[in-house]
Amino acid sequence: MQLSYRWLKDYVDIDLTPTELADLLTMTGLEVEAVHEKAPAFTGVVTANISSIKPHPHADKLSLCEVSTGEAVYPVVCGAPNIRVDDIVPLAKVGAGLPGGLTIRKAEIRGVVSEGMLCSEKELGIGEDETGVMILSRGTDRSGCGFAAEMAPGKDLAVALDLQDAIFEIGITPNRSDCLSVIGVAREIAALTGRELRYPDLSVREGEEDIVGLTSVEIVDSDLCPRYTARIIKDVNIMPSPLWMRLRLEAAGLRAINGVVDVTNFVMMELGQPLHAFDHRLLAEGRIVVRRARRGEAFTTLDGKDRTLGSDTLMICDGLKPVAIGGIMGGLNSEVAEDTRTILLESAYFNPTSIRRTSRSLAISTDASFRFERGVDPEGVTRALDRAASLMAAIAGGRVCKNIIDCYPRKISTPRDIPLRVTRANEILGTDLNAGEVTGILERLAMSVDSKNGEEGIYRVTPPTFRVDIAREIDLIEEVARVYGYERIPVTHPVVCAMPVVGGRKNCVEETIRRMLRGGGYSEVITYSFVSPEAVNVLGLAGEDERHRMVRIRNPFTEDQAVMRTTIIYSLLETMRKNARAGCFDLKIFETGKVFFATNAGELPREANRVGGLLTGLRYDDLWHFTDLPADFYDLKGVLENIFAGLRISDVKFDASDGEAFLHPGRSCGIYAGDRYVGFLGEVHQDVLSRMDLKNRSHVFEIDIDILADIFSDRVVYSEISKFPSSSRDVAFLVEEQLEADKMIDIARRAGEDLLEKVSIFDVYQGKGIPLGLKSIGLRFSYRSFQRTLTDDEINLVHGRIVKTMVASTGAKIRGEER
Amino acid sequence: MTEDLERLQKEAEAELSASKTEEELFAFRTRYLGRKGILTGLLRNVANVAPEERPRFGKRCNEIKAALTGKIEKALLEMAFRKKDGELLKEKIDVTLPGRRVRHGRLHPITMVREEICRIFAGLGFAIVEGPEVEKDYYNFEALNIPKDHPARDMQDTFYVEDDIVLRTHTSPVQVRTMEKQRPPVRILSPGRVYRPDSDISHTPMFHQIEGLLVDRGITFGNLKGVLTSFLQQMFGEETALRFRPSFFPFTEPSAEVDIRCVMCNGAGCQVCGQSGWLEILGAGMVDPAVFENVGYDSEEVSGFAFGLGLERIAMLKYGISDIRLFFENDRRFLEQF
Repeated sequence: MQLSYRWLKDYVDIDLTPTELADLLTMTGLEVEAVHEKAPAFTGVVTANISSIKPHPHADKLSLCEVSTGEAVYPVVCGAPNIRVDDIVPLAKVGAGLPGGLTIRKAEIRGVVSEGMLCSEKELGIGEDETGVMILSRGTDRSGCGFAAEMAPGKDLAVALDLQDAIFEIGITPNRSDCLSVIGVAREIAALTGRELRYPDLSVREGEEDIVGLTSVEIVDSDLCPRYTARIIKDVNIMPSPLWMRLRLEAAGLRAINGVVDVTNFVMMELGQPLHAFDHRLLAEGRIVVRRARRGEAFTTLDGKDRTLGSDTLMICDGLKPVAIGGIMGGLNSEVAEDTRTILLESAYFNPTSIRRTSRSLAISTDASFRFERGVDPEGVTRALDRAASLMAAIAGGRVCKNIIDCYPRKISTPRDIPLRVTRANEILGTDLNAGEVTGILERLAMSVDSKNGEEGIYRVTPPTFRVDIAREIDLIEEVARVYGYERIPVTHPVVCAMPVVGGRKNCVEETIRRMLRGGGYSEVITYSFVSPEAVNVLGLAGEDERHRMVRIRNPFTEDQAVMRTTIIYSLLETMRKNARAGCFDLKIFETGKVFFATNAGELPREANRVGGLLTGLRYDDLWHFTDLPADFYDLKGVLENIFAGLRISDVKFDASDGEAFLHPGRSCGIYAGDRYVGFLGEVHQDVLSRMDLKNRSHVFEIDIDILADIFSDRVVYSEISKFPSSSRDVAFLVEEQLEADKMIDIARRAGEDLLEKVSIFDVYQGKGIPLGLKSIGLRFSYRSFQRTLTDDEINLVHGRIVKTMVASTGAKIRGEER
Repeated sequence: MTEDLERLQKEAEAELSASKTEEELFAFRTRYLGRKGILTGLLRNVANVAPEERPRFGKRCNEIKAALTGKIEKALLEMAFRKKDGELLKEKIDVTLPGRRVRHGRLHPITMVREEICRIFAGLGFAIVEGPEVEKDYYNFEALNIPKDHPARDMQDTFYVEDDIVLRTHTSPVQVRTMEKQRPPVRILSPGRVYRPDSDISHTPMFHQIEGLLVDRGITFGNLKGVLTSFLQQMFGEETALRFRPSFFPFTEPSAEVDIRCVMCNGAGCQVCGQSGWLEILGAGMVDPAVFENVGYDSEEVSGFAFGLGLERIAMLKYGISDIRLFFENDRRFLEQF
């Protein structure tokens, strides 16, 4: 909310500078987000009295004026027709600066010397009026324009018009609807600084004619509108409002429209009660009926938009038709126009929930709806009505009819007698306040505190009706803390029991994974959890794949972010694409995060924690040490092996029979820990790359963190190491190229030889010297005993048996012995 | 005679230090110490020396001989080293070429900040818990005292999945889920992703928060100040000034915003802090009795405080990042700076 420092001063004396005031408000709960110093857009302009006006000798449309500042008289040539002798007007003297960089100089206009310029509002940058010179006061009425200071010649215009101001931008939290007005904030300042609040004059000079003969109000749906009050103001003239009001409205960020509408806005800003002015002659039967809309009823709001209404929308109607959406916006059909003469002024209390619902369903938020949905002061309704009626009479020249209509069928309950324990306040705050301090604070906030008829130390507190946020003891304690000052509450450390902190298994797994991946050179990325619904199609996932069960967001930010992801792979490929666009083609990245699978309607989706990785480009940085080796499947697999080793999961299988549609069919596999599927690994399918407009080969994996959390082990058991040396034998086997190396290792291990300590693959070769369809796998067998140093004979015996088993089970030939 | 001896030593030593090669050294050794060498000759002719001077003369001769022998050996040894080095220098490498480095990957700055915060609170006995990111309206709003059709909902624009299912707008639902499952005392920290439809230089539709909750007997607002003060001073330095000011959150009362002295201008006022000298860093407050009621805790028995903070904000301040969107663009040049 935008608030003027000058305006605040109308209601409370403030000794603080704008900055000090901002600080005070911020530290007591009204956060001042910014303070804008506001200075007039002109310099060197003074008030001056027109002492004579003569026609210009050489120009019909110009006149020659003598204007006096009291100290000096200046000849000024002027073209405006609206000036009269004895008007007080703004005089820009020689040397004055006007908006737009204009500097006033002594000039000769058609042969006559002019020492200054009489200015219009527009020329001064004060208002929009450019039809003539701004008349500050006319004739003997020196009070002009509604300013407190008397208009005398020779004064600095900025001072005379009180144009020096500071504008506060205040973030009013949803609970403090009482501060959505100048008087509300002034009241807060008065309470905090111990000054007195000055209410504006609320008296109304009523005419003879009684409202009763002119209109009536009927509330049909009092649950949505418990109170509706109205006044009639007759014989108004619709003209622009005076400068002082326009300046106030502008300071509050509102646009001036005309005297009547401006008064409703002014009073809303001043007192916090939204008002609406109807053109009485446009109301059928001249009366008001407050009822729910009929389902599908059509209505055109003031902004010219056609609305279709639901049956829970509260409408203000006349004898026949709707004329306003209650508490939200008026209708085009009853708008105040230039020829409006009789005003029906509305001041009502609407059900906050209903206003909010309607405002949201129609997507209209107005200054009025904003205040009504937060709750206005139910007792402030008639105050605002009277204030506005009396201002309209003053500004638009109307006559206020006698009496008001106050239709109040349903009592709006406000909290009373809230019990407050001083001990409780101290317990919650950690303070040692005495009863006097606590009740003193509440009383400053206009609460009535009653200690009679109660137990010792328990007070009954009744908040003022404008404090709609206070209903419970804790609300009162907050007020005490706020006004006492958070900074005065002593800093203490809690005394708590020493509970063990149990780290979750999931976090433990995630940490290990991050450590391993970092060590492998992979950097962490974080991408949005939502992706395009097209993601699964780009990946080419089959229709029955569970990854099609995406959770859709009803109101996505863009269609690219419309569904929750079911795999991390797409996000990683997108990241690869973004980096490629930035000219970076070498990436080692990973992400940990959730994937989401839709379940039944009304139920939460299943969320699973995953880690995904992507490798593309060179294996090593493009440096002088290495030739440019493209990274491949085994680079990524190695990192995964490190992860499993780090988690002490040993029984891991990479199963090529388990493909993913988006992976290369010959370079991908499923990953199993024991018999549990944990994820996949492979090169990205060329089709997917081209669909994503990517060129370079890339490799990805995704594994399920939750499953790993289930099975990982943090137990380490040392196994004895032998004191005796080992001895190894290398054999190159020629086998079918389809035979998986893993099978051979398995066969060697299953041969059941205790002396075989380790078997590893030291070479894989295909090509020159190897018959087509075969490959050479070099295995290194290491033998060792725990009891003794093995002799060659012993080793050869065992080794021979293993090689024989290998040959028998795989049909392998031993290289060098092919024939 | 003895003076001659002293002169001889000086001459010999000068000659020795002028010898540059092994050959010269060997020749020198022969010339002075060899069988027909000068010193050897002098010793042999000791008879020519007056009898009373002989012992002294002999002793001096032997001293000079020992000194010269030692110096020759030392010089030979040095020469041998120099020769070896000369050969090794042929293998000289350029030590300024970059090392063969197995580059470690980097953690995302958000993770770094989260780990730091978790570490600080682990020291205070806070356990890490997590909750669903797609959440029931009940947990995200209602149980946190944010009823439907309440203006407080404006504080958090929301992504909807169904009428009663949302993408969580904050990590606060984890408070409720934890308290539903666990009797007091409770001391938890809950990091995670949260979602709000918003996008500009300081907002992204997804971002990260950490929620903290401490519930026990006799917990006060003063305790809240104590715990958060020590947290922020560990995070931003012992000297960090902070202030607690009243605010509003539906699920805490009294509520506070916590500001730290601007880390950029140290309070002088700059663009980062909007000239105020203060940076809003976290929201906190005493758990509202309505929330306790929703989870079946007796607010007369226990009290507690909760707090929440945005990780992006902390990371931006800590690392001087001005555009929040950079966190999610994952440009390698960005990622490799952390």
